[in-house]
Amino acid sequence: MAETLIEIADIAKDYHRGKVAIPVLSEISLQIEKGDFLALMGPSGSGKTTLLNLIGGLDTPTSGSISIDGERIDKLTQGKLAAWRSRHVGFVFQFYNLLPVLTAEKNVELPLLLTNLNRKERKKRALAALAVVGLQDRASHRPTELSGGQEQRVAIARAIVSDPGLLVCDEPTGDLDRATADEILELLQLLNREYGKTIVMVTHDPKAADHANHCLYLDKGSLSGSQTA
Amino acid sequence: MSTLNQIFVITLMNLRNLPARKASSMVIVVGIAGVVTVLIAILSMAQGFEATLRGAGQADRAIVIRAGSDSEMGSSVPVDEARQIETMPGLARIDGNPLVAGETYVIADIKKRANNSDANMPMRGVEPESFKIRNEVEIVEGRNFQFGRFELIAGVKAANQFQGIDLGAQLQIRGAKWKVVGLFESGGSIHESEVWVDNAILVAELNRGWGYSSMIARLESPLDLEVFGNAMEDDPQLETKAVRESSYYNEQSTGITSLITNFGYWVAAIMAVGAIFGALNTMYSAVSTRSVEIATLRALGFSPIPVVISVLVESIMLALLGGSLGSAIAYTFFNGYTASTMGATFSQVSFDFAVTRELIVQGITWSCLLGLIGGLFPSVAAARQPITVALRGL
Repeated sequence: MAETLIEIADIAKDYHRGKVAIPVLSEISLQIEKGDFLALMGPSGSGKTTLLNLIGGLDTPTSGSISIDGERIDKLTQGKLAAWRSRHVGFVFQFYNLLPVLTAEKNVELPLLLTNLNRKERKKRALAALAVVGLQDRASHRPTELSGGQEQRVAIARAIVSDPGLLVCDEPTGDLDRATADEILELLQLLNREYGKTIVMVTHDPKAADHANHCLYLDKGSLSGSQTA
Repeated sequence: MSTLNQIFVITLMNLRNLPARKASSMVIVVGIAGVVTVLIAILSMAQGFEATLRGAGQADRAIVIRAGSDSEMGSSVPVDEARQIETMPGLARIDGNPLVAGETYVIADIKKRANNSDANMPMRGVEPESFKIRNEVEIVEGRNFQFGRFELIAGVKAANQFQGIDLGAQLQIRGAKWKVVGLFESGGSIHESEVWVDNAILVAELNRGWGYSSMIARLESPLDLEVFGNAMEDDPQLETKAVRESSYYNEQSTGITSLITNFGYWVAAIMAVGAIFGALNTMYSAVSTRSVEIATLRALGFSPIPVVISVLVESIMLALLGGSLGSAIAYTFFNGYTASTMGATFSQVSFDFAVTRELIVQGITWSCLLGLIGGLFPSVAAARQPITVALRGL
């Protein structure tokens, strides 16, 4: 039986507009196994990005608990949560979020600056991560010199460079054409299958969700269904 | 190491972004350059005025004035008291003769060269010993006046400032005509704003046979002021006091110097408020355009402190650039600029603006402070913005 990586128990998330609490997520409980590739789908405003942010430790729930690899991340202070993210989570964003002034290699190297690795080792690992995504020959290029698909590959290299167990991807193909999107999704599948990364991906795109092992549907802040590939 | 790396990366990112934000960054640079220019310019005026007055004062020289007077202008030393003072202990002597001279200080109406306006020109009647006591005085053009003649020598600043002070010209002062025979310098001191004549002729012209305005004396050593002063106090026939020359001119400069200095700080403070708003606006805008980048770094695990520090570093660096520019402008346009104002004796004092190293340090310090204030609030705002909100570019 597969080991559980993410255990979410009865979480709720409210946002506040003035004194008024606006519930975004309510009574969500789920478990995600280590090595799974899960897609989160649902209409806009259903709370899927909020759930992804909670899983990635970018936000904390209003109530309930989130354990990842046995660690209660909802209990961590902001500082400890930041340190936890740097060690355990890789992020892939819809618009890549690369720093335009840095080369591909330096962008990939960013998470390693939070480690004790020396410059030589950081460079070696950054180039290795770029090789995994097939962009070792673009190491010295800046984001503006790359295509959208290449930028997203660099972002994926940045997400995996410190070898986190979990990748959280927010609409990773939302800004790409179909063919490029498929390449990115195949790369994510490769990382899941060959490198054992657990992936949680938010998407609007059913074809993108087809690349995942499971799909969960959210509607109005609650889980409304699931599907296994 | 990790925190330093974080600071370095984010700061580098900010600085590399600067060319894309040239126009808004210039708001900080220009605003702060303006503040620093004005601050240094006004303070250099105070500094120059103070240096001019203090330059005239030496520790081993004493001015003797009436006991109740603050300046030569309102002082009188009767001739019989002056003869008594010449016998006092503590005075330096040459061949047994005391280095002390009676002087008469009056002001004369004259026109300024610059704008033809009326001005009060200080006129000093001196004795032969005056030149031995004030040995920094040096004739730089023409010659010294001859005692017993209606001749005058003028300080170079007086010559630049007042109409009619040209070598060989006849200057009409209070009904008498004086021939301008020489120009002198005195190490940039206040005396360069004066004209000097034979005291005996001046006193006769003014019908002031009853005495001098003051006496100037050279002491055997700075420590002998007490000996000289005490001897004067102990003599019941004397109603005079001895003041160390350096203290006298310090006192004369204090009022106007502090007036100019306070004015300088007020003007700079008012301008600084404007510059701070400019800096705040620029840095808020700078942080806002990079909010997604900052949020991305924080999502990757970078802590908020490097974000705060990097924004501050950028703001301070821009402010330093402004401060340096302001200092350079102030130095180029104001250092050595000659101006004149009314001194404590209601006479015109010419002085050179002095942009000193201390003033430049002060200007740079102000610029850093303004940069710090301008960067602090935007940096804290950037660090406190929720990551999930910032990632959406809101």
